[in-house]
Amino acid sequence: MKRVRGEVLSTRKLGAYHQLTVVAPEIAEKARPGQFVAAQMPEGREFLLRRQLAIHEASRRGGWAGTLEFVVDPAGPGSTWLAAARAHSFLDLIGPLGKGFAHPRRLTNCLLVAERHGAATLYFLAQELLAAGKRVDMVVGAETLDRVLKPIEAKRLSQTVSIMTADGSLGDRGTVLDALPEAADRSKAQVVYAAGPASTLERVAAFCRERALPAQVALEERMGCGFGICHTCVVPVARKDGSGYDNLRACVDGPVFNPARVLWDRWLGERPTMLPTPPEGLPVVRSWPG
Amino acid sequence: MKRTLAVDLGAGLVLPTPVLIASGCGGTGRELTGLVDLKKVGGLVSRSITLEARKGAPPPRIAETPSGTVWTTGLQNPGIAAFVDGELPRLARAGAPVIVSVAGGSLEEYVRLIGALQTRPEIAAIELHLSAPDEELHRDVLGEHVDRTGEVVGAVARMSLVPVFAKLPIAASELPELARTAVRAGAHGLTIGGPPAALGVQTSTLRPALGAVTGWMSGPALRPLTLRAVFEVARVVPEAPILAVGGIRTAEDAVEMLLAGASAVQVGTAVLVDPTAPVEIARGIAGYLKEKGLMAPLDLRARLRVPAGFREVEEP
Repeated sequence: MKRVRGEVLSTRKLGAYHQLTVVAPEIAEKARPGQFVAAQMPEGREFLLRRQLAIHEASRRGGWAGTLEFVVDPAGPGSTWLAAARAHSFLDLIGPLGKGFAHPRRLTNCLLVAERHGAATLYFLAQELLAAGKRVDMVVGAETLDRVLKPIEAKRLSQTVSIMTADGSLGDRGTVLDALPEAADRSKAQVVYAAGPASTLERVAAFCRERALPAQVALEERMGCGFGICHTCVVPVARKDGSGYDNLRACVDGPVFNPARVLWDRWLGERPTMLPTPPEGLPVVRSWPG
Repeated sequence: MKRTLAVDLGAGLVLPTPVLIASGCGGTGRELTGLVDLKKVGGLVSRSITLEARKGAPPPRIAETPSGTVWTTGLQNPGIAAFVDGELPRLARAGAPVIVSVAGGSLEEYVRLIGALQTRPEIAAIELHLSAPDEELHRDVLGEHVDRTGEVVGAVARMSLVPVFAKLPIAASELPELARTAVRAGAHGLTIGGPPAALGVQTSTLRPALGAVTGWMSGPALRPLTLRAVFEVARVVPEAPILAVGGIRTAEDAVEMLLAGASAVQVGTAVLVDPTAPVEIARGIAGYLKEKGLMAPLDLRARLRVPAGFREVEEP
């Protein structure tokens, strides 16, 4: 883990999101899919805490060697500031942070389920899985087409892909959960990886439990620091020996967890994520910090 | 005489700089490796340790507010036995003087906590987290009450082989009286202080922002409240060293606290944002001392120029 001052090389708009390319060779060299960085906010503003950004890509070779890619959803003051970052400005980054995805050696058929910009971390994983000789299939979805991250990239990385939007503006009408059973059959999935809003991941976890599919999910919990000192981003996770559970820090013990061990009811029980009356289609989820 | 950043707090407690890492913001001895050289930090206050392990508050545990946060961990910690075995030696090896924060719900718990720490040579001082509920007298905050503060501090101070700092809640209505009582009962110094309780609301869901509903306020928004509390306490117990905590982010903030009467400062939220903050703040204090022709941080202590005749302190 390093703290670096990384130059923003370029930014571009991707539908509702913004993609940032940042020069940070010390982080790019070590970064693995599922890991993230914590970006410092500007001085003199009322939003103080670092923002955590999943690593979308880390280039180690070629013309872009030493760069990191991030996808930002400008939903709050911090992410809006990041989305407006200009080329040749600098970001103070700490990373790579957290534990990334693991892939079992024996299992070859991987189904990746991504909702909204959760796809950022899974496309990075897909590249690593393909390099390891695995089969990759995907289910990618969001409320509307401008929130489906790089659908063409999804097609390029996977054997088959289901694209789902709540309003039917791209792919099929529905949610990633609607497409999940068919995609699992079609891909002969042996392992499932998922990223996106917690309420979706909970249901992906239930599906995997039903089908006895091993899975890994990248969780988001509100973080104070991102590197383990503040003990605020905890997720209740059952102990392996069945002797109860621990509140584990998503930043150092996650953000990737085995969903079969996450105590979803305890975690999401009274959690202020969903609107009292979700609008038609997907439940609206506010990721935080914004 | 050579200019120094060291601070002699008395009773053999000398800190290399007047800037410490506040309780709950220094990790468990692993996390800050590579992010800050803890040998250049004035001290590290451990997270608050209870007798038994605690899982802590339900998530979410933090929400951002204007220039601050509302947070609570619900005192998540491994319990005193596991702390002494694993976390304490790691914290000590990291290189900064270690102050152990302990939290109890009863007099007996505090006594047993100090008992478990008594023989440990790694500990520079003890800080009493007094903001937990009082389980014996069924009060929300133990340390807001003069009777219990005196009782707990008295028992702990008699047992402890290292200096004891009582962390008093800055929002307590009887703060000066609490300070007098704690010092009379044997506290070597005071940490000013425990943060005020706070609430965050998420209008989109009609729910509290935190899983535990209420939490504590932190961050720069808090600084004027801390300053006033330090100022008032320093006037009633001028002999006791005060560790100021709450809203300190820059060297200037720290100098303000020293002028108001603190002997050293602790930084918390600033470390989450910038792990080198305690080192940078100390460097900034050194610059300020040089500029003013002063030799040591304690030369700034309580030097705030208050107009003559300002509210006299009444002795009880």
